[in-house]
Amino acid sequence: MSPASGLGEGVDQAPAIGAAIRPFAAAAHDALADQQLRSNLRNATTTIREKRARVVAELPDWQQLREAGRAIKADVLAHLDDYLLQFEQAASAAGGHVHWAQGAAEANSLVLAVARAHSVTELVKVKSLTTDEIGLNAALAAGGVQALETDLAELILQLDGDWSSHILVPAIHRNRSEIRDLFRRTIADRDVSDDPRELAEASRRYLRRKFLNARMAVSGANFAVAETGTVCVVESEGNGRMCTTLPPVLVTILGIEKLVPTFADLEVFLQLLPRSSTAERMNPYTSLWTGITPGDGPQEFHVILLDAGRTRVLSDEVGRVALHCIRCSACSNVCPVYTRTGGHAYGSTNPGPIGAILTPQLLGIEHASSLPFASSLCGACYEVCPVKIDIPSVLVHLRAKAVQADAKEGERLMMSSAAWVFGGRRRFRLATWLGRLSQRPFVRGTTIRRLPGPLAGWTRTRDLPRLAPQTFRAWWRHRE
Amino acid sequence: MSSSRELILARVREALAGGSPAAAPARDYRQRGTLARPARIDLLCERLGDYRAAVRRVGTAGLARAIAQEFAARDAVRVCLPAGIPTAWRPDGLELVEDSELSNAALDACDGVLTGCTLAIAETGTLVLTGAPSEGRRALTLIPDLHVCVVGEEQVVELVPEAMAQLGDRVRSERAPITLISGPSATSDIELSRVEGVHGPRTLVVLVVKRPPPASGPEARGA
Repeated sequence: MSPASGLGEGVDQAPAIGAAIRPFAAAAHDALADQQLRSNLRNATTTIREKRARVVAELPDWQQLREAGRAIKADVLAHLDDYLLQFEQAASAAGGHVHWAQGAAEANSLVLAVARAHSVTELVKVKSLTTDEIGLNAALAAGGVQALETDLAELILQLDGDWSSHILVPAIHRNRSEIRDLFRRTIADRDVSDDPRELAEASRRYLRRKFLNARMAVSGANFAVAETGTVCVVESEGNGRMCTTLPPVLVTILGIEKLVPTFADLEVFLQLLPRSSTAERMNPYTSLWTGITPGDGPQEFHVILLDAGRTRVLSDEVGRVALHCIRCSACSNVCPVYTRTGGHAYGSTNPGPIGAILTPQLLGIEHASSLPFASSLCGACYEVCPVKIDIPSVLVHLRAKAVQADAKEGERLMMSSAAWVFGGRRRFRLATWLGRLSQRPFVRGTTIRRLPGPLAGWTRTRDLPRLAPQTFRAWWRHRE
Repeated sequence: MSSSRELILARVREALAGGSPAAAPARDYRQRGTLARPARIDLLCERLGDYRAAVRRVGTAGLARAIAQEFAARDAVRVCLPAGIPTAWRPDGLELVEDSELSNAALDACDGVLTGCTLAIAETGTLVLTGAPSEGRRALTLIPDLHVCVVGEEQVVELVPEAMAQLGDRVRSERAPITLISGPSATSDIELSRVEGVHGPRTLVVLVVKRPPPASGPEARGA
């Protein structure tokens, strides 16, 4: 059986950069109707939320760590050009090859060129949101190179031609029996039950052969240190260690915002990230490597510094805090919207509250104008964010941009006339009188169940309270 | 070099033009631990155990015997070890394979691996390897299914920042590759139910030694 053949086709269904995504409300509508999805999501997010709260409460200096994390990220962005040059210098001095890529196409072709230079037709990959974002697997497949995902969840999705719905647990929308059926169809060399232990074992057997013989690997990175040229990958399963250690050639794709200034800065993020993401005191494996180590690990190392919209985000002084994100996914797990719709409704590599502010900025607001509205602005995301990203404020900021960009004439006219009416006492009084009069045919009891014409959208899923028969002012006058 | 490099740098500078410099980060989080050694060791053992590592405390004299027992208890016969493992640690009754550019397949044929470590972090239950002589190259502690790691009590720090301060020195002076290990490999990818043992060693055994293990690599370095 060679289940790997055919992988890479139809795998990257997340929209490519440049394409507009499906409006959130429409996508969410479908997701909400899926009972299985909603119960998977509820179980998973509730579990991890509780665990996270427990391990965060263990640290007496959590707030100080958050503030330090925020300040370090702000410093990185404020001097990004200097830190990039410093990283380039340090990584090159350590034996790494540093490349720069403006966008997806350039990064993908750099990876393909390395593969071709070594006549590689199959490579192993560590889970990386950045490579999802640039559609690397599809680009490699088009160039005749199969990229094999090695993270358990990513493998599940790749085998099924599906795409990620959660930053940390990409297959959160799949339950164990769905996964068992998939494995039986694809990689299992003997029968498996739906016990997660057996399923993990099946993936271990399948991937071990691949790891031991792979000649090239591609990874993303969680952090990279400008001072020393060190790259850091944080993981649990050991597939990250396998990929960054065993194959003789390693290519790391690094979003330019992933830098930290000094090695010591890692002490902050290595405390913030595991507790916020997997709700562990420390994740099982963290790998840190600095260029090439003779006799240990890959002997050829490339790192690609990727822009792909990041400088666009950087140019917005309010919105740039989205680049502080360390991809922990804590915001998704607490979000009242995400926990019901799941990640696919966001239509992008980065779902959840952080995706709602990052995606429209990376792609351009005109390509994802519905995402800033996929929130109740409750602020739970801000509270759990380990680097204190004020997501609600950025959402509001982007909503204003979306409205300006979208230019819905009807809505704008309505809003500006409402502003005019509400701006004068006599006009307002006249309007409420007219409103009371015109609502009469629609009121049932104290509510309006159904509005006519274009207003029907409002009452399709909710009742509207009627305008009170008497205004507060009238009532007050009457009392006096 | 490349024009993309110049373009990206130019875009960064343009985006930042006229901005105010960020204030220096305050580092008022805990940088030094407060626990005395016995409490620190207890904490390490408890935290290692929380993440399903098997922990055993031994004296220097009984170390080789304890190592032999731990491998035997798990039916491991063929055990690989880095060349820098002190003679006093080498257990009898096992087939010891010293690493000298062993192939991946040869490592895969080993039942287990024995190493020391550079330091351990009590609060998070973490072992740190840096490729020192008693630790070997990274593949050694990755491919075999059982990892027995020897930790000296004096190698244990309480907090992550204390560990990173030492590791920063190792990176700056030698560009040492670093691996932080907290329990056996694990996944929670299926319905968030935790499964120990995916691609890395499925069993992690930690022997905490009461007095300095003789001539262990990191100690010689004064870490």
